[in-house]
Amino acid sequence: MSPLAALLLRDMRIAVRVGGGALIGVLFFLAVVSVTPFAVGPDLALLKRIGPAILWLAALLASLLALDRLFASDHEDGSLDLILTGRAPLELVVAAKGIAHWLTTALPLVVAAPLIALLLDLDGSAEAGLVLTLLVGTPALTFIGLIGAAIAVTLRRGGLLLAIIVLPLTVPVLIFGVAAANAAIAGPVPFGTPFTVLCALTLASLVIGPFAAAAALRLDME
Amino acid sequence: MRLSAVDLACRRGGRDVFSGVSFNVGAGELLAITGRNGAGKSSLLRIVAGLIRPVGGRLWLEGGEPELSIAEQVHYLGHQDPVKPSLSVLENLQFWAAFFAGAIKVDDALELVGLGAIATLPAGYLSAGQRRRLSIARLIAVKRPIWLLDEPTSTLDAAAQHRVAEFMRTHLSEGGLVLAATHSALGLSSIQELSLDRSVRSHAHSDVAGMEQPAAVAP
Repeated sequence: MSPLAALLLRDMRIAVRVGGGALIGVLFFLAVVSVTPFAVGPDLALLKRIGPAILWLAALLASLLALDRLFASDHEDGSLDLILTGRAPLELVVAAKGIAHWLTTALPLVVAAPLIALLLDLDGSAEAGLVLTLLVGTPALTFIGLIGAAIAVTLRRGGLLLAIIVLPLTVPVLIFGVAAANAAIAGPVPFGTPFTVLCALTLASLVIGPFAAAAALRLDME
Repeated sequence: MRLSAVDLACRRGGRDVFSGVSFNVGAGELLAITGRNGAGKSSLLRIVAGLIRPVGGRLWLEGGEPELSIAEQVHYLGHQDPVKPSLSVLENLQFWAAFFAGAIKVDDALELVGLGAIATLPAGYLSAGQRRRLSIARLIAVKRPIWLLDEPTSTLDAAAQHRVAEFMRTHLSEGGLVLAATHSALGLSSIQELSLDRSVRSHAHSDVAGMEQPAAVAP
């Protein structure tokens, strides 16, 4: 097994076992979205209009939840020191950890989205569009989050700082994610336009995130 | 294989920890790094492991793998044991073996450190000494020529300490290098000793000197 595959497997195992963060994100997501109709009231037209925004906001906040432990737990028990003496490039190590994090925290959220979309009175094609935007957009959230997690790694209570660092960077993803979802539901903009920009944002963050996070980790270790 | 350092200097948090540290360790040799608390034993090992950068001096390795850095040829055994509580003993070791060498077969190493019988136990249930043994099993499961040991036996019982000394002897006889920061003699002969106390004293700050004062006047 290659070093990176081993790391990916280990992180996923830890996430799904007792004390891991795998289900925290999706539970938070479900909680936020399911109480929204109670707060907004039984106005179906309004729910339909703000539905994508609520789902995207919940997804964004849920993806921040488990991020602060992503590198911090490895830093606290000395694993990060050993990872640095490994032969795998740190950028790829960071990317592998990001992929494991996305698979265990964001993917369940994407899978749960169609169910929860029913609460917001979304129909079939709207649901499909929304799920597609989440599937494509959440990797961007995770990989931008990697940067914040790496910067906050040595801080005991890094969660808040992480949110402050990461949230502004995720605003474009949020804008185009919601725009694409709205376009799928109501138009008038064609779905493809904002969706293409969302894809571009994800691709860019997949590249920039690991490099920036690895640089931050190297600085932290000094 | 020969690991040499000339005039290494280390600065942590704006304070000079040590400077002018030189050593020369050949294959089959053990360098015992001694010094009181804060003398920079751990920092020196972390410098060799590539985890912190020295502010001065040079460190080089002759006769190692030329395309690998020094850090990629060391086993670093720090204060902490990188053991994940939710994974089993075996899974913990398998991960590090796979991460370092792509190896999966680690049962022998677990047997050698005396954890073979509890391989499937979640590592969260291990005692401090057992966690340390699990860390040491990593050094045996994956071959790397340079061992950097930071207080390797601090949480171990007498029998396990003896066992660790044996592992070190085996490693040395196979042509490996060991740099160990330690208070105890580890029961090994043919030790080169590097005391960091001297290099600190020449650069001692007033607060460091002040720390020593009460000890000197105490009855």
